[in-house]
Amino acid sequence: MLRNLPKDWLGAGFVVVLGLAILIFVPVYFDLFEVLQMTKYVVLALFVLSLAYIWGFGGILSFGQAGFFGLGGYIFAVSSINMGQTTLPFLIAIGLCVVFAAALGYFMFYGRLNDVYLGVVTLVVTLILYKLINHTAGPEYIIGTARLGGFNGIPSIPIMTLPWQPDQEMEPAQMFQYFMAILIVVYVLLHILIKSKFGRVAISIRENEVRSSLLGYDVRLYKLCIFMIGGAIGGGAGAMWASYQTFVDPNIFSLEWSAKCLIWVIAGGVGTLIGPIIGVIALEYLSFQLGQTDFINNLIVLGTILILVVLLMPKGLFPTFRDIFLKLWRRGGGQGGGQGDGGRLG
Amino acid sequence: MDYSLVVAIELLREVAGLILIATGLAIVFGMMRVINIAHGEFIMLGGYTVVLTTKQGVNIWIAILILAPLVVGIFGVVVERLIIRHLYGRIIDSLLATWGLSLFLIGFITVVFGNTVEGVTTPFAAVAIGQYRVSIYTLFLIFAAMAVIASVYLTLRHTKAGLIARATMQNPDMVETLGINSKLVYMATFGVGAAFAGLAGGLLAPISGVVPSMGALLIGKAFITVVTGGTAVVAGTLAASSILGSISQSVTFMFGPVFGDATLLFVALILLRLLPQGITGRIFTRSV
Amino acid sequence: MSEQILLATSDLSMRFGGVVAVDQVDFAVKTGELRCLIGPNGAGKSTFFKCLTGQLKPTAGSVLFAGQELSGQTTHDIVRLGIGIKTQVPNLFDGLAARENIALSARRSNNQKRTEEITDEMLELIAITGLANREVGHLAHGERQLVELAMVLAGRPRLVLLDEPAAGMTADERGRLAEVLRQLAGDMSLIVVEHDMQFIRDIATEITVLHRGRVFIEGDVAAIMAHTEVQEIYLGKEANGAA
Repeated sequence: MLRNLPKDWLGAGFVVVLGLAILIFVPVYFDLFEVLQMTKYVVLALFVLSLAYIWGFGGILSFGQAGFFGLGGYIFAVSSINMGQTTLPFLIAIGLCVVFAAALGYFMFYGRLNDVYLGVVTLVVTLILYKLINHTAGPEYIIGTARLGGFNGIPSIPIMTLPWQPDQEMEPAQMFQYFMAILIVVYVLLHILIKSKFGRVAISIRENEVRSSLLGYDVRLYKLCIFMIGGAIGGGAGAMWASYQTFVDPNIFSLEWSAKCLIWVIAGGVGTLIGPIIGVIALEYLSFQLGQTDFINNLIVLGTILILVVLLMPKGLFPTFRDIFLKLWRRGGGQGGGQGDGGRLG
Repeated sequence: MDYSLVVAIELLREVAGLILIATGLAIVFGMMRVINIAHGEFIMLGGYTVVLTTKQGVNIWIAILILAPLVVGIFGVVVERLIIRHLYGRIIDSLLATWGLSLFLIGFITVVFGNTVEGVTTPFAAVAIGQYRVSIYTLFLIFAAMAVIASVYLTLRHTKAGLIARATMQNPDMVETLGINSKLVYMATFGVGAAFAGLAGGLLAPISGVVPSMGALLIGKAFITVVTGGTAVVAGTLAASSILGSISQSVTFMFGPVFGDATLLFVALILLRLLPQGITGRIFTRSV
Repeated sequence: MSEQILLATSDLSMRFGGVVAVDQVDFAVKTGELRCLIGPNGAGKSTFFKCLTGQLKPTAGSVLFAGQELSGQTTHDIVRLGIGIKTQVPNLFDGLAARENIALSARRSNNQKRTEEITDEMLELIAITGLANREVGHLAHGERQLVELAMVLAGRPRLVLLDEPAAGMTADERGRLAEVLRQLAGDMSLIVVEHDMQFIRDIATEITVLHRGRVFIEGDVAAIMAHTEVQEIYLGKEANGAA
């Protein structure tokens, strides 16, 4: 574990440097449309990180991260429309999502729910949100000056401003860089968290809950905290999404969004942070390209990819390629294996 | 009095609907611990089988009761051989692979049939109860659901095949030493689960119409019913369907379908909180 | 060795529906004592064990540990009071190395530096330093048991509960285990549930025999082993039974 430390930090360091390079150079070398596309990927990367963390490093398989994504979006929409600014609403969205995660998490973890059943509860809650919000089309469903809009959604959501320039909406290039900066910061913070005592215990809980509590760790509390972190990240991503789209509707709570989040993490590899980020970008880009041709093929291709990945690469795309890469490297360098492998990052 | 009867029938219809869509999934989940997300699409395939064959002039009863389960059952066997058999014991992976299958099927059927709703005419007329009209087909559905549950129970409890199936699920290595091919049993069980899904699709086709996305709407309810019910196939499905179905339909009567659906989800949540292993994980643990 | 009672159950009972698995058991262990708990299959040893660890909530009676009531508490709270638990089926973090497993135990109440010191100490104590970097999931059953013991001890417990610690071990490993347990007694109290009579003879001084959920007899090793009634309950004969 301690010997692996430099290697993991190296990997993360590389990712951060790459991220910074992207942040600085993309607006320079790519045109407006492409920058807008990539902003979308950045927000989705944050969304996928919320699941990648709680599942890969906490053992919590939530089918309802879309719930936090949607809540973050809606809360941001309502607050920013009412308050006329975006910085505080962003924080409010994250804050309320944490509160919601605390309540739901308490309900689940202190009620001894496990694996599949836990997944079902998170799914059910997201579906409940979907149904309820979908129903709010009438003019009586209004919070302050913001109508919830039901299946019509909420339009004209303010574009985010830089926190220190509250009167100036961000240009696309600025938004890209701001969001990218947030992504990098969250990635680094998660990395630090995972390497800390808290993170180590979380991984041990993922490995063997019984043993963790037999060592004196309060498993329920740890899971609750992890779930709240996932809620915060998901909610933040949702707020960013709402601002990016300037529109949010109940579909954000749909089964499709929950499914996509899951698929991105699996394709990218459970147990890594960078894998799912690559996964979401690759699959979304693929969908986009296919969308240009015939949108039905979208589902057929996605479905086939998922089946093939599960059957042929059960650990996910990134870990499989990484393992192949490492195997070839070792064969070249002639080293042995069999080291402990506690929750690699990359 | 008439009103109460009509209300009772509507409640039973909702319960019957849940039983029909959940039974196939309960067989596969309860016995094999496989989560088949494509179950909704199996139901959809059953519906499309009925639509296609009746358009060719096949008698609707044959289409619903024989062809739909047969076609989807065979398809289920193919799926089991190609995909599912690699994933036993891997709950999460089976979930994901079947999700992929679900997406694939939706896309495929949309390409072949298009996105519009196809209809099948209800083979029955309505009957009058007091000043209300109740479709006889509704009564038929309730009867069909009871027949399905009864047949599953009788097969599992009282036939050799049922015994073999239950034994295999408990201990596949053991049954091999008795000369039973456990792989064949798995294949057949999955096929049977698929067949029940196909049957449900066929039975529901005249009521709700058939569209590629109908599976997605049904899988949620089916899944929740099965998980809430717990591992016992018959007792669990029956208990969960009855509770969830009657409560949600009552709420629908009073406040409309949106609240009815939300209530179903809410009640499931509460049940799972109180009984984390599903209803039959705690009560009736030794039932079938 | 002080004569203070460290753990005492009084009138402890556990019912499952109509079955009384543990029947009004009064049991006490002093500080520094090593006590073996034996009995035929179905005697209630595992159930009793789980009442002590918090894995089961007793239906009646109490468990006092250094003045604190244990029954009804969660497992992790019980562990925090200073009780180490080694379960019958080894419970380890299979994907992590032996060293990491032990470190996780020590880390709960120590800083990083002290954790590493304790980890090294434990590896030496159980003589498994060679296994330190091996992934626990790849180890043999007996080796896993030893790693688990090291994990439990790393938490510096005052009382260690062990459920069949020698199961699946080679003769060498059993010997090592017996030596460690003998060494530990005096500094901490140990309650060992075991089946292996030879092993018990190697480590025990005091034995408690359970039969049908009740304490059948207690006493020192030699006397208990020679006791005809104890032999009979193991062989299933009645106390005044035929040959």
